Amino acid sequence: MHNIGVIFRRELMSYFSTPLAYVFIVIFLALCGAFTFYIGGFFARGQADLEAFFYFHPWLYLFLIPAVAMRLWAEERKTGTIELLMTLPVTVGQAVVGKYLTAWFFIFIALGLTFPIWITVNYLGNPDNGVIFASYFGSLLMAGAFLAIGSCISGATKNQVIAFIMAAAVSFLFLMSGLDLVVDFFRGWLPGVLVDAIASMSFLNHFIAITKGVIDLRDLVFFGSLIVLSLFINVMLIDLKKAE
Amino acid sequence: MQKLIAIEGLTKRFGPLTAVSDVSLTVGRGDVVGFLGPNGAGKSTAMRMVAGFIAPTAGRSLVCGYDVGDFPILAKQCIGYLPEGAPLYGDMTVEKFLDFIAQARGLTGSEKKQKLVTAIEKLEIGDVLAQHVETLSKGFKRRVGLAQAIIHDPQVLILDEPTDGLDPNQKHRVRNLIHDMAANKAIIISTHILEEVEAVCNRAAIINKGRLIFDDTPGALLKSSSSGSKTLEDVFRELTSDHEG
Repeated sequence: MHNIGVIFRRELMSYFSTPLAYVFIVIFLALCGAFTFYIGGFFARGQADLEAFFYFHPWLYLFLIPAVAMRLWAEERKTGTIELLMTLPVTVGQAVVGKYLTAWFFIFIALGLTFPIWITVNYLGNPDNGVIFASYFGSLLMAGAFLAIGSCISGATKNQVIAFIMAAAVSFLFLMSGLDLVVDFFRGWLPGVLVDAIASMSFLNHFIAITKGVIDLRDLVFFGSLIVLSLFINVMLIDLKKAE
Repeated sequence: MQKLIAIEGLTKRFGPLTAVSDVSLTVGRGDVVGFLGPNGAGKSTAMRMVAGFIAPTAGRSLVCGYDVGDFPILAKQCIGYLPEGAPLYGDMTVEKFLDFIAQARGLTGSEKKQKLVTAIEKLEIGDVLAQHVETLSKGFKRRVGLAQAIIHDPQVLILDEPTDGLDPNQKHRVRNLIHDMAANKAIIISTHILEEVEAVCNRAAIINKGRLIFDDTPGALLKSSSSGSKTLEDVFRELTSDHEG
């Protein structure tokens, strides 16, 4: 725990000592607002809920989270600091988890800064705050899953642009896997069980389920196990490829 | 003499290329081993294996009695390591960076404070503490890299080209520093500068094409010449250019 804490603090410092954190937060908030009010039609809907707000989160995360995740390991490898880090008395697991948790906490801050919209909707009407809380929770959980995939891919390359594109592409597959676009492609030649399995990987479906206000154990297990699995692969990749 | 570093048959292959081949070496307390060799001879690879950054293909290294492969954390705790090129976190200030290293080394409270002060004094980097690492000159970067390596007063120091990029005065100071620390540590330094070996090392180990071809005192290195060469440089050239891998 001590080591994870040490890495967490160093990473967090590095987010806020460069423009990265500020640029990310401003863009995230601006896009959230723009989507909610213009495309989501927050006012026109005339309903006291935040569906128009949460609806766009998966799509924002699709390219914003890989942008946060791409530097996690690719940068360490590019600058050679990975050699410094990995020769400290710190395990690979502690380093992976420490870096991951920092990035997740950072997303948590960005997401938390959207609170004015929650105040707005409470001022305008009487929304179901339980549903809103569940949606925030689901959004954070989904962000964590995107982030774990991004971190894992970042560990496989020293090129941040490749890390970004690959993470966005893999995230896209996970996001869309419940939709006909992806499912139809597999339906013709894969057994039904596998098609169902692929369809059940959909971030979108799991996220939408949570935004209905029902935090189902299955959705938690899905995101949780995806995060754990990705980080596990992340650790193995770093172990195998750290010196390349 | 206590063997703080014991390298046994260390071998590293990258695909068809054998970077380090069956290197064995022991370093005791008080020893300063100068690791010499042409570029690409396998010096850095060997040091990386001892420091626990990469795993050997065969063989093993023991540091402070711990097998680096089996007990990496225990071994790393007693190593201070300066990687090749002295990579540092550029977006941190020198002070924050050294503080991070000290924390990761498990130092806390007044002990941490005192050891930070000592390392900063030894490397004379007190004036740049508030600067971001990426804005430092090459010489300062190298000294910050050295400071992070010695911060926890480790028993074993592995320094990959510690004086690279330093001006003559700084080189002189770093050599003095290594000399002063030598008494109760086992130190391996790699270098291209042969005078450095004469100045600070009591042993010279020459590695060529992955193999250890010489391991004795610098004086013995001079005498080993078959053609009566007068300088270390001549002997080095003689050994590394003709030697059949």
